[in-house]
Amino acid sequence: MTLFNLPDFQQLQETILHCTSTDVEQALTARHPGIHGLAALISPAAEPFLPEMARRSALLTSQRFGKTIQLYAPIYLSNYCTNRCAYCGFAASNRIARRCLTLDEAEAEADILLERGFQHILLVSGEAENMVDVEYLEAIALRLRDRFAAISIEVQPLSTAHYARLFKAGITAVAVYQETYDQEMYKQVHLSGKKTDYNYRLETPARVAAAGMREVGIGALLGLTDWRAEGLALGLHLAWLRKNFWSTAVTVSFPRLRPAAGAFAPLVPVSEKNLSQLIFGLRIFDPDVGLLLSTREEERYRNGMLGLGPTRYSAGSCTAPGGYSNPDQTDGEQFSVGDQRTVEEVSLSIAAKGFDPVSKDWDAAFQTER
Amino acid sequence: MLTIGGHTFNSRLFLGTGKFSSSAVMKEAIEASGTEMVTVALRRVDLENPEDDIMSALDRDKCVFLPNTSGARNAEEAIRLAHLARAASGSSWLKLEVTPDPRTLLPDPVETLKATEELVRAGFIVLPYMNADPILALRLQDAGAAAVMPLGSPIGTNQGILTAFQIEIIIDQARVPVVVDAGIGAPSHAALAMEMGADAVLVNTAISVAGDPVAMARAFAQAVEAGRTAFVAGMGSRSKQAQASSPLTGTLTTDLGFLA
Repeated sequence: MTLFNLPDFQQLQETILHCTSTDVEQALTARHPGIHGLAALISPAAEPFLPEMARRSALLTSQRFGKTIQLYAPIYLSNYCTNRCAYCGFAASNRIARRCLTLDEAEAEADILLERGFQHILLVSGEAENMVDVEYLEAIALRLRDRFAAISIEVQPLSTAHYARLFKAGITAVAVYQETYDQEMYKQVHLSGKKTDYNYRLETPARVAAAGMREVGIGALLGLTDWRAEGLALGLHLAWLRKNFWSTAVTVSFPRLRPAAGAFAPLVPVSEKNLSQLIFGLRIFDPDVGLLLSTREEERYRNGMLGLGPTRYSAGSCTAPGGYSNPDQTDGEQFSVGDQRTVEEVSLSIAAKGFDPVSKDWDAAFQTER
Repeated sequence: MLTIGGHTFNSRLFLGTGKFSSSAVMKEAIEASGTEMVTVALRRVDLENPEDDIMSALDRDKCVFLPNTSGARNAEEAIRLAHLARAASGSSWLKLEVTPDPRTLLPDPVETLKATEELVRAGFIVLPYMNADPILALRLQDAGAAAVMPLGSPIGTNQGILTAFQIEIIIDQARVPVVVDAGIGAPSHAALAMEMGADAVLVNTAISVAGDPVAMARAFAQAVEAGRTAFVAGMGSRSKQAQASSPLTGTLTTDLGFLA
């Protein structure tokens, strides 16, 4: 299999900085703006065009996805972690209450989400393979798959064989974010643990797709380095995945760094305007890609962005293991959420904007024999 | 530069050898076109015979000889023909044509995919002729085709690129080179295919039955080069409305007042 080769990060930055307003205008009217179009759209030269970009992005989004927003919620299975990542509340060196849910506890969390109307769930854990391994994930998937339309995971990178096994058990999608495509920055913030291997992580989405997963999620953590170059790297990664794994759908996430235990402040500021420019740019670059906007962002921003590009919202999220069953206990969370609303409140806002909050957009029958 | 099956091509114009008034005219047209890939119907030539009029007119130092299975109605026939051709010519190149309907000569997608899978396994460099079906293109690519050859319109019709929308999707998605084959009736059609981003075009009838095939071959060479240059230069997009060449921004925008 060919590997994804990313140009030097600095080269990406230079490409973007060379873009002019003429490049932006061309990208805004081209049928296929291409990777150079994306560079222009996320460049400083495009900043005055933000309203036009929003309009184009909204148009493409509604054409492809209609007036709908898909809802999902995470279940944090475990916050044990063998990595030390400078930005993460779960880092091994952080003194937080650690917990790994038993299968029964995980099921209880899932049942609460089911009661709240969720059909799409995302199983999340820190990277501690002695606690959360493929057997554990498989067992949870087998327990839950008849109750949920789609189950995704966001855990440590696994092998192709393990992904294939989890797919068979009912896992539909895998999210694995590179965090930063800047190798230097990657080294700086990933202090120890398996996650220090940049290339292994970079190749993970390809393994996910090769295993036959229906969907793979990529993303970059915004606030570590130049968000524009991260955006261009995301675009290149996305296009490469599309070329090499045409039957796997791709989604992109844009988590902005939030306050977390260990008090890691964002290294570079990324404003809402910046984030919006990136979202609009990627939408115009790839009208078919699913774009996630999580509860890291505030209510005001999430409401404002409805219909402008993102297609999936999480809602009512808790980022600590067992947090739905024990709502008062927030120690041990990965990050504190910016949008505290319940799923009902989020759904009402979505409907108020003229969109349908969709809780089921898949079916377990695609993957499992009954 | 275009690379197919490990071979690099300077010219993006491929030629068919059917319907010429003589092999002498064919030879001259091939030279005038600058082509480096020429396809020959296996049913038309006798590969065992060094005196064969078509084969002896080809300069195999300058051109890749691409035998085709024109006339095959199913995978089995095409595969048999391919093996015979390789044994006689020593070349593994193959333009796969499976056309069960003698009227339209449209390619059979099911048999083409089947034959591609088997011929790739047998070590052939397979270039399948196919309808402009994007999923089929991806399936053929995944089966190991060295390039895909979607049709612009049915073979010999000179109708041009009627399948433009589908071909655009194929060009956008495929990892292997896309050679637009069949239906290209005029240099402008070839130029259009190249402007769209096709990697090459294959032309036959439009040259072989032209009043002056040699001059027409030259015209196609120029068109292919012009189209390619335009594609690389970056084409402006089309619009139904007039657009000021110095646009005023700020009209028809979306309210972003919610941004902090």
